[in-house]
Amino acid sequence: MSRTVPAAIRNHLAALRILLLLTVITGIIYPLAVTGVAQAAFSHKANGSLVKDNGHVVGSSLIGQSFDLMKNGKDTGHPDPKFFQPRFSAGGYDPTASGASNLGPNNPDLIKSIKDRKAAIAAFDGVNPKDVPADAVTASGSGLDPDISRAYADEQVDRVAKARGLDPAAVAKLVAQNTHSRSLGFLGERYVNVVQLNLALTKTA
Amino acid sequence: MNGTLAGWLQIIALVGALALTYRPLGDYMARILNPGKHLAVERGIYKLGGVDAEADQRWPVYLRSVLAFSVVSVLFLYAFQRLQNHLLLAIGMKAVAPATAFNTAASFVTNTNWQSYSGETTMGHLVQMAGLAVQNFVSAAVGIAVVAALIRGFTRKRTDRIGNFWVDLTRIVVRLLVPMAFVFAIILVATGAIQNFHGIHDISTIVGDKQSITGGPVASQEAIKELGTNGGGFYNANSAHPFENPTGFSNLIEIYLLLAISFSLPRTFGRMVGDNRQGYAILAVMGLIWAASVALITVNELHSVSSSAGHAAGGMLEGKEQRFGVWASALFAASTTLTSTGAVNSFHDSFSPGGGGLTIFNMMLGEIAPGGTGSGLYGILVLAIITVFVAGLMVGRTPEYLGKKLTGREMKFASLYILATPAVVLIGSGLAMSLKGERANMLNSGPHGFSEVLYAFTSAANNNGSAFAGITVTSNWWNTALGLAMLLGRFLPMIFVLALAGSLARQQPVPITTGTLPTHRPQFVGLLTAVVLIVVGLTYFPALALGPLAEGLH
Repeated sequence: MSRTVPAAIRNHLAALRILLLLTVITGIIYPLAVTGVAQAAFSHKANGSLVKDNGHVVGSSLIGQSFDLMKNGKDTGHPDPKFFQPRFSAGGYDPTASGASNLGPNNPDLIKSIKDRKAAIAAFDGVNPKDVPADAVTASGSGLDPDISRAYADEQVDRVAKARGLDPAAVAKLVAQNTHSRSLGFLGERYVNVVQLNLALTKTA
Repeated sequence: MNGTLAGWLQIIALVGALALTYRPLGDYMARILNPGKHLAVERGIYKLGGVDAEADQRWPVYLRSVLAFSVVSVLFLYAFQRLQNHLLLAIGMKAVAPATAFNTAASFVTNTNWQSYSGETTMGHLVQMAGLAVQNFVSAAVGIAVVAALIRGFTRKRTDRIGNFWVDLTRIVVRLLVPMAFVFAIILVATGAIQNFHGIHDISTIVGDKQSITGGPVASQEAIKELGTNGGGFYNANSAHPFENPTGFSNLIEIYLLLAISFSLPRTFGRMVGDNRQGYAILAVMGLIWAASVALITVNELHSVSSSAGHAAGGMLEGKEQRFGVWASALFAASTTLTSTGAVNSFHDSFSPGGGGLTIFNMMLGEIAPGGTGSGLYGILVLAIITVFVAGLMVGRTPEYLGKKLTGREMKFASLYILATPAVVLIGSGLAMSLKGERANMLNSGPHGFSEVLYAFTSAANNNGSAFAGITVTSNWWNTALGLAMLLGRFLPMIFVLALAGSLARQQPVPITTGTLPTHRPQFVGLLTAVVLIVVGLTYFPALALGPLAEGLH
């Protein structure tokens, strides 16, 4: 028995050394090499696809944000009619709290929220509740979804145009310009990026 | 283009990409796992590590090496998290709490990547890249190493040696995982995934609100997270997060990555046993189950009227991202739960009763279609052994597989393998449901709440790592119980697989006669598929009836 204990320890020390060596390769050299190439070749994307207004960073085109009415620098909790509204977020568009609602498909609270949202959005946009698309009344997976369906964007055109005193045709044109077709034409879904669209809107008016 | 056509093209593109890489990737892995010259960097690792790369190990020695490496890994990762506030690049994160640190260490070492923490508020950049991501590489490699040892059990004769764990581990990391992950990490950055070392920084939004933008070496971790069938997201939202998975294209890349190695390993198996047809038969079973699962989950999710919430909203988009939509979310969900990945691009808790139930069923299959890297193949090979045995009983002959007789000894190890994981799942779920406080951690009530508990233990013991994420699993009891479930669900089966490998390697192969059951024909594919479904059905039917089935009938 006196020989087996040191053998076991030797085995574990060898394991530790191998782990540390592989940590150097996969945990330090590998991510640094990826970072080096990424920063050299795709620095805008590698740094978060940040978007600017008058030279100031106002967000990332990949990360959705809230377009609620602001009062004295505080969020009033009410949607701002001058902006296209994004989807619902379980985490209030806070990138340090990403995630979904995780409410089950027959959960009474979820069903009630969906019905309430549908009524509120229909009233806000002046449309029939049954025409409100599904993405408008459901919370996204990430809680940071920057996108909405084209149908939901189209629904909001008249309301936004009216609130800003713009020609609806001009607003519709912006929607078309910020509509992204499926990647490579067939991957995923068609969407309108709300962050880019609203930024373009602020630059128009 | 309409949604249905696009959805089909998406699946066809994925299958095409997998088909194109089946042979080259499978052959390449066979070359790595067969004896051959060491690279200079590998020789350096063996020398500095103090291991003998020329030694051929007996199965208990191989197993001890696997376990020693894993024990050291758990301890190292635990200490790393507990001490992260004293290290570089902590970006203000505190030391991780003990129970969470244990759970996370067990989770990443076992290739589960269950996350009872939220990445963006718990882990600093250094722990992510030099702790968690390292286990993404090595735990994937351990799975492949173990299946290589099992295959050697079939190919070798009258020996007690099944290979060298240190060589298998090192070669898989150096020659397979690092190069592939590097290339795909760069591709992911090109689609918009981030790769930087920024901390959390505040900006003023378009309407003048405050928002905290996060940074981190995300793409490098994302690539190996999928490739190694790990699944632990840099962020809480995992692959639904736009910084991890920005576009429909990156989404397809990620699904491809999480399937690529596991779907190509049957080729490696066929190569190593010297009969590619054996590989195709295994591939056919994996492919059949995968295709059926993709179809069923997609149909369930497209049918919004199957649940009240979907009916009210007019579509199953709760927990799904607009840029992916239903088709790409269902494809990801089926693939991630059939491999042991557990990454998610949409949240299964909000799936339809049928779709969500199928994700649980997928994991209950034992992650074999195609399963985790290595673990999927050894899982299905054990089931193939059971199938040959059952078929042998029917015709009254001594069963044999690939020239090796399946005696009482082999069948004992195979049976123990089949029993180990379900025992952990069912005992764990039963315990949690019988404890009032633990049961209260469900978010939803009724059958859906039970599904959350069942999902948690199924996911942990099968080393998947995805969740019906409504359940709160941050208490000490849950962290500890699920941590143990992961360790038992990973290492008990591995012990039986390596014992089986040792037992098979000792045998002198028997010649193939007209009475031998051919294991490369459609007949065997059908038999094996049936055995897989029957074993799982008999084991889990009562539990499924209490959860998703009850909910679907509700």
